[in-house]
Amino acid sequence: MSPLLSVRDLSVRFTVHRSRSRRRVAAVTGASFDLAPGECLALVGESGCGKSVLASALLGLLPANATTTGNALLAPAPPAGDERALTADGTALENGRGLPTGPGDGPNLPTGADAGAGSGSSLPTDADTGAGSGPGLLTGVGAGAGSGPGLPTGADAGAGLEGGLDLLSAGERVLASRVRGRLVGLIPQSPAGHLTPVRTIRSQLAETIRELTGVSKADLGGAVLAAAERAAFPADHLDLHPHELSGGLAQRAATALALVGGAPLLLADEPTTGLDRDLVDRTVAELRGHVGTGRTLLMITHDLAAAEQIADRVAVMYAGRIVELTDAASFFGSPGPRHPYARRLLDALPTRAFAPIPGMPPELDALPSGCAFAPRCAAATPVCTTDLPLLENGVACHHPHTPIPHPGTDIPRLSDHPEFPADPAEPASEHPEKNDALHS
Amino acid sequence: MPSTPEASGSAVQREKGPAPALELRSITAGYPGRPPVVRDVSLTVPAGESVALLGPSGCGKSTLARVAALLHRPDAGSVSLHGAPVTGWRYRAPRAQRTSIGFVFQQPRTAADPRLTLADLIAEPLRATRAVPRRDRAAADEHVRPLAASVGLTGDLLTRRPHEVSDGQLQRACLARALVLRPSLLICDEMTAMLDASTTATLVNAVESYRAETGAALLAIGHDRPLLTRWCARLVDYPALPVPASAGPRPPSLRETAHHH
Repeated sequence: MSPLLSVRDLSVRFTVHRSRSRRRVAAVTGASFDLAPGECLALVGESGCGKSVLASALLGLLPANATTTGNALLAPAPPAGDERALTADGTALENGRGLPTGPGDGPNLPTGADAGAGSGSSLPTDADTGAGSGPGLLTGVGAGAGSGPGLPTGADAGAGLEGGLDLLSAGERVLASRVRGRLVGLIPQSPAGHLTPVRTIRSQLAETIRELTGVSKADLGGAVLAAAERAAFPADHLDLHPHELSGGLAQRAATALALVGGAPLLLADEPTTGLDRDLVDRTVAELRGHVGTGRTLLMITHDLAAAEQIADRVAVMYAGRIVELTDAASFFGSPGPRHPYARRLLDALPTRAFAPIPGMPPELDALPSGCAFAPRCAAATPVCTTDLPLLENGVACHHPHTPIPHPGTDIPRLSDHPEFPADPAEPASEHPEKNDALHS
Repeated sequence: MPSTPEASGSAVQREKGPAPALELRSITAGYPGRPPVVRDVSLTVPAGESVALLGPSGCGKSTLARVAALLHRPDAGSVSLHGAPVTGWRYRAPRAQRTSIGFVFQQPRTAADPRLTLADLIAEPLRATRAVPRRDRAAADEHVRPLAASVGLTGDLLTRRPHEVSDGQLQRACLARALVLRPSLLICDEMTAMLDASTTATLVNAVESYRAETGAALLAIGHDRPLLTRWCARLVDYPALPVPASAGPRPPSLRETAHHH
């Protein structure tokens, strides 16, 4: 089984100057995860936990004062299912797709070997992967798609990506000419701010198509319509400027741009921020639809409701570290999160206990030596303040919540919770608030 | 969760008794050269109660909130606060009326002076109304410290400027600023739309503690039905407005309209 993206030990440090002293900000520390083709991983956490920095690191979009270590291997060619989905649109995207299947990706890939294991795959074209794609493509990758929590997170899991491209060590030229838009599409946080204000959507789409694909001038008009259609952007709004678009339409325009290059991996950075609930639902459904056509989605969000709707798996970040990485169904449903922070985060939802987590996240330039959540954690013991828990079996905690729910203490499911307890100030968490006094 | 209408504490309420904290009658409002954004809308917030106004982005609810907060003069209709009719908007409103309303905006970045530390940001209304002398830091601190603690801002954070804190931390300061003059009506316009679940719960708890203590009324505006259902005693759905078919430039607040749904 080969992941599409394999991130290992990704760390990002910023050097900043505050009050005339130089400080190192640990924005992301030791992040490791795999993304299977056709999978959606939601990276959730409070604002400032480092999740957007992680996304920027994957695209090489960090400012100059950042230092990145670790690696992020991206499969050298898009899975076959993706290609077919695109050509079915009638756009002549094949010309632009001879991209990075070039050096070194052929011989050491397990082509065909895994194909028999591809049962239960969400990739529609698993059966014919061998047919037109040739030996240089990663095929038979579907096995991991539906398996969610079974994905290995150990350091060796990236072995299948030896021919892959390391996004973190790639230079700007490689990122600009091969990665951005072609292998990784970015759906930005603020579409209105991402679009060029002085040009129409049609002109921006045309430019992107011209740059990313080999579409001839004669076919450009049709390709623009097809690209707009793919993101459900209405054709009669193509000649408007960004400021004339509603938030939802601007979001679709930005999505259309991200889809143009046929990138197998989509990276959505808070795509639902500032949208109202109906629009969030629709945006999420549309993103999910793109995952259904064989694309892989890494969605970064603090909107837990949106994450619940879209994700196959969830990674919870706290103070720059992934503290829980698990199957979305068990995270949002039963038995629920295992990390105390993740449990409190879900408890803060208005559809659940609506109980704030006491205290605030630590400053990323002054992280404690032990677990960063220990000062806010009701279950913390002395070991938590001295020993840093590492991610094991999907959770980084010395006292993970047992997966067996105790009567009366398990968190109710969203669907089981139509009415609310009388007092939102009363935390309905299973943990007594014994640490509150320390932080008030 | 909601305090009773009888809960008293603010001077205005004692004088006016049961008069509603806010009464909007047949408000029509908009921006020059464009069709009105708000048409003939009425809304009442009883004293001490919490009312949520729900509507999609761009339906005009923020404009209505600005009218209610005396920040935007309506084209037609009337507003009264605790029974007293409003005769002027913005700086033409009497100070007592202006300062009886606390307003929290959706975007803390654009609502905060980047030059002020968070402590000065919270204390600014006190200084602007000369409730404390501008140079008397200790007097301002007396008001600011407990309030900042109640929204979870402590120590070092208060000495920072907006660019040195997160959106969530800045919004905490903006809430404290809205409460520093002890308003009898608090208007929260999408206060938590940009924030994560935990910060949202913290801010809502801070608002509710303040209301429990003072008996202030609340108008919460937003589009998050689960949140507002949980937060407020009464929910009002903003009436859907007909949208003119012709496109063309729209007011900046009008972002999402019915015909795109």
